Amino acid sequence: MKYVSEFRSPEIVDALLKEIRQTVKGNWNIMEVCGGQTHSLVKNGLLNMLPQNIQMIHGPGCPVCVTPVSLIDKAVHLAMEKNVILCSFGDMIRVPGSGMSLLEAKSKGGDVRILYSPLEAVKIAKENPDREVVFFAVGFETTAPANALSVVHAHREGVKNYSILTSHVLVPPAMEAIMSDDDCRVDGFLAAGHVCAIMGIGEYYPLVEKYKIPIVVTGFEPVDLLEGILMTVKQLENGEHKLANQYTRVVETEGNKNAIAVIDTIFEVTNREWRGIGNIPFSGYAVKENYSDYDANKKFNIDIAEAHEDPTCLSGDVMKGKIKPHQCPNFGTKCTPVKPLGAPMVSSEGACAAYYHFNLATVLVEE
Amino acid sequence: MPKLDFDTINLGHGSGGTLTSQLLNTGVFKLLENDLLNKKHDGAIFNLTGKVAMSTDSYVVTPIFFEGGNIGDLAINGTVNDLAMCGAAAKYLSLSFVLEEGLKMTEFWEILVSIKTACEAAGVKVVTGDTKVVERGKGDKIFINTTGIGEVHPKSNIDIDNIKAGDKIILSGPLARHGITIMSHRQGLQFETTISSDTRPLNKIVIELVEEFGEHIHLMRDPTRGGLATVLNEIAHDAKLGIAISQKNIPVEEEVYGACEMLGLDPLYVANEGLFVAVVDAAIADSFLQQLKQWEHGAASSIIGEVTTEHVKQVLMKSNIGGRRVVNMLAGEQLPRIC
Repeated sequence: MKYVSEFRSPEIVDALLKEIRQTVKGNWNIMEVCGGQTHSLVKNGLLNMLPQNIQMIHGPGCPVCVTPVSLIDKAVHLAMEKNVILCSFGDMIRVPGSGMSLLEAKSKGGDVRILYSPLEAVKIAKENPDREVVFFAVGFETTAPANALSVVHAHREGVKNYSILTSHVLVPPAMEAIMSDDDCRVDGFLAAGHVCAIMGIGEYYPLVEKYKIPIVVTGFEPVDLLEGILMTVKQLENGEHKLANQYTRVVETEGNKNAIAVIDTIFEVTNREWRGIGNIPFSGYAVKENYSDYDANKKFNIDIAEAHEDPTCLSGDVMKGKIKPHQCPNFGTKCTPVKPLGAPMVSSEGACAAYYHFNLATVLVEE
Repeated sequence: MPKLDFDTINLGHGSGGTLTSQLLNTGVFKLLENDLLNKKHDGAIFNLTGKVAMSTDSYVVTPIFFEGGNIGDLAINGTVNDLAMCGAAAKYLSLSFVLEEGLKMTEFWEILVSIKTACEAAGVKVVTGDTKVVERGKGDKIFINTTGIGEVHPKSNIDIDNIKAGDKIILSGPLARHGITIMSHRQGLQFETTISSDTRPLNKIVIELVEEFGEHIHLMRDPTRGGLATVLNEIAHDAKLGIAISQKNIPVEEEVYGACEMLGLDPLYVANEGLFVAVVDAAIADSFLQQLKQWEHGAASSIIGEVTTEHVKQVLMKSNIGGRRVVNMLAGEQLPRIC
């Protein structure tokens, strides 16, 4: 397949691995920010192919994992309302809330629908004028344009029974939270390629300067990841800290101006709580006041009890790179994809799920 | 299609009264007629010889019509294939319908015709059955259950305990076609090339292979729900041995692969309907593959891996780029991802 197969070529992978081995001298911790990158690393078996002095640390870039429990509780509450159709991307529906997940809500009679696009939810709203349709708008900068566009569409077509329950999060503030942590062990970052495809790369220059850490905007295929790692290692070995772009076939410096414009129309930056990590200032999007008719947080009077998290879940430490998933005492025992303690074990982008699904053998060998 | 008084199924068609017998006599019995069914007795009475295999399955697929087939031929092929995996040639089937009030008679007829065609293709007879109708909203157009009985081939000795280290694992064709056909229908996705379900009977090719290779075929499974990954995990677990497979030997058609990428799905976990996995003695693996490749649907068949004493109860896959990863069971069905 064009634009895929060449980035999965065993020959190019071998050549890159060889060059990485020849280049690396020191011991380096490199964080891949995005959960999609984590999955590609483990799915392709790359973690076992890298030299041992390069340690990959799995970052917080899994939108499902960082969505606060309180918001999942709200979604569950809405799903159980008779008049509401709650629409969501697939991987949100198994994530545990305080009481239950959306999947459990569905089995208890809630009208929960799994969609690929928020625009489908607007269509459902038009087809069901007597019911309220709520889209669970979760994600990073990558999904924000489509979610914003659904509000633009609904507004333009006069669809009054549509709203979004937002928990959008932003990557650069989360990276800064990790860099500014006194315990930060990260020597270099692979920035999330698709986030940069939307937003451009400008936001990362100040981070590189302030924290003196190399950042390489990186794609998701094996060749992308190895090239990103090589570019990072070269900088580290030379004592440099620059912003570089490995993913030039997709990421332009300015990002996607149309997408940014639609985000700016509907959303404004706000403080946001990250599940497992805590409150990070200016790290999320909320629906602007003039579109508040489409903001499910304001449209519905949702009265839920205080959210509670399983205290034995160490997902925050995993997402900050302090421990690897299998170093959590509950990994694979008290916490599995069937009965998860926290979100990273069920999300397809979650580091714990990635380790559980693909990497159990390595884990066993290491132990 | 015969002339019936109604153009949709109503509750009367399941009442056991006049409407039921009209539906059965002019529709089902006439179309599927054979010496045993024609008796219209409460059950079928027949003789069998030797070892007998029996299997049952219920079919609830949505949409009921899809590229390459419909719920009717699926219900016949599915049970015929489960029997084939026991080394048995399906002989007799039961056929039960749960119809939802409001199902179009034309749709029901089209399904019946597919059932007839599938029975003929597989050489199997429907000898008993049942029809129930549920109120609108209490079903999903049509549910079908089939139970099958078949005679096990005398040379067949299929048993999980026969599997040993060194055995080769052979896949009969390209992965994931049925599941992707159904999912792209559900999501309303259009692809440039039409992907169609691989639903088909496997009994003839399987019986030919059993005739030729007999006891050297240690196990056969059809990777339907849960896909290849699930079947291999079940085999590794039950045989208490490890399984090592190689991604580059697993056939996936380009369109199917592209659709999997778009939908965020792993073809290893996607359902198939006309495929089988055979675990065979290494000594006959190459000749087995050669014969399988002669079959009209066997061109892409391939030795995808082998059984090992290492990593017991686990399936490990060598990726295209040479890395190794565990292929695990899924907790539930694969779900579309956010990004």
